[in-house]
Amino acid sequence: MSNMPIVSPFVPWVPTPNRKRRHVLDLDDFSAAEIIDVLDAATSMKEVLGRSVPQVPILRGRTVVNVFYEESTRTRMSFELAARTLSASTMSMTAKGSSVEKGESLIDTIRTIQALGADIIVIRHGESGAPYLAAQHFKGSIINAGDGRHAHPSQALLDLFTIRERLGELKGLNVTIVGDILHSRVARSNIWGMLRCGMNVTLCAPSTLIGDVRMWQETFPTLKISYDLDAIIPDTDVLMGLRLQKERMQAGLLPALREYSTYFGINQTRIDNLPDHAIVMHPGPMNEGVEIMPEAADSPRSVIEAQVTNGVAVRMALLYRLSGEATA
Amino acid sequence: MNERQIMTADEVRRAIARVAHEIGERNGGVQNVVLVGIYRRGIPLAKRIAAAIQQIEGSTVPIGALDITLYRDDLEIRGASTQIQYTNIPVDITGKTIVLVDDVLYTGRTIRAALDALTDLGRPDRIQLAVLVDRGHRELPIRADFVGKNVPTAASEDVAVRLNEVDGGDDAVMITRGAV
Repeated sequence: MSNMPIVSPFVPWVPTPNRKRRHVLDLDDFSAAEIIDVLDAATSMKEVLGRSVPQVPILRGRTVVNVFYEESTRTRMSFELAARTLSASTMSMTAKGSSVEKGESLIDTIRTIQALGADIIVIRHGESGAPYLAAQHFKGSIINAGDGRHAHPSQALLDLFTIRERLGELKGLNVTIVGDILHSRVARSNIWGMLRCGMNVTLCAPSTLIGDVRMWQETFPTLKISYDLDAIIPDTDVLMGLRLQKERMQAGLLPALREYSTYFGINQTRIDNLPDHAIVMHPGPMNEGVEIMPEAADSPRSVIEAQVTNGVAVRMALLYRLSGEATA
Repeated sequence: MNERQIMTADEVRRAIARVAHEIGERNGGVQNVVLVGIYRRGIPLAKRIAAAIQQIEGSTVPIGALDITLYRDDLEIRGASTQIQYTNIPVDITGKTIVLVDDVLYTGRTIRAALDALTDLGRPDRIQLAVLVDRGHRELPIRADFVGKNVPTAASEDVAVRLNEVDGGDDAVMITRGAV
């Protein structure tokens, strides 16, 4: 059995300094210094991506396997491109068309992939915690590429990278995360990372999409919660929209999409009320016209495309970091 | 710890001046030359050689910085803990004469990695190598074109180059015996 603890959301996990990182499961066990290390490495990786021959040999002979139990465009392609740029071999498995359809368990699938010689498994799963289970049964490294509502650490790191690239130092910046917080693993990982880096985070959504306010406050005492987007817009340096999953409306959490759009959608008026330097982010895929209007997504403030490009560099930095037996 | 000095600040300065002369001589001027320093001490050395060339030849030589972390062949042994630095070569190296600059030439593996890295960035006409100290013990068929000082060493010894820009204080080259 691995000694990888399963982290309860109620118990903040204090990072252990100088511990050699084996898995990337969430940002809760990243110190600010380690986050900055990853962002610095990603800056160098971005230079590699800009070359006419964007490939370096460092991970030659390593195998990275993408195991995706949930659909994904950008995350899967981004990890694949990252692995190839570092000269690793890549394989992909999706639940559809694999032995999962014949009833193979997650643990058996992980063991099979291990027997095929995988060094790093990048896993996305609909169930929160699935990557932690996989980590207990795999001798190599696991990267969580999104598990249920729980975590999406590589997305949070690429968001931090993009913010730092555009606005300089992270410390002291005011971030507003607006949208379906309740179901968002992107928000959860970002909250860990942003607070560790000394940013001020405000969650903004209708109360039905915030979740248990007391849980938020107990876990993150400095986290702020607002139900009035227009009131906090003028003090926002980073405005991050989240995808509103349309099926949520059927669950009775929202009376109407249009009403949501009116109060919480990122539109031109709200962009105009942001400070001049502020940026607008979205992890994608977007519901244009619901949580973000097309003119906002395409505005000069939007860094949404940069987020996608930067994602490859950040994932290269993570793959590199998990490779090799570090002596330090 | 047993330490002895093998180059003083003056000797480092003279060695750099001589290497600068030799680079101009060998290449019939420096019109096509680009100096590329290997992180870390190769970069200030490249800058100093460029300044010396400026004095001697009266022309400015472009300087680049090369990080070879992603071309290393010892990831299994040394791990991924080294922080990656930024590679920045401001000119297209295709068709140029590249002079790689590093502080110490030892096994040759750093230079092997640097050659691979340069090849990925373009197709130079030729690549030459300038080092401040050649301490022997090559593990690959690599030699330097310009050498500040040849220093016979034992494998158990360690050669430390101290440059003001990186380490502060006076320039010096030291040999440490049995440091490990």
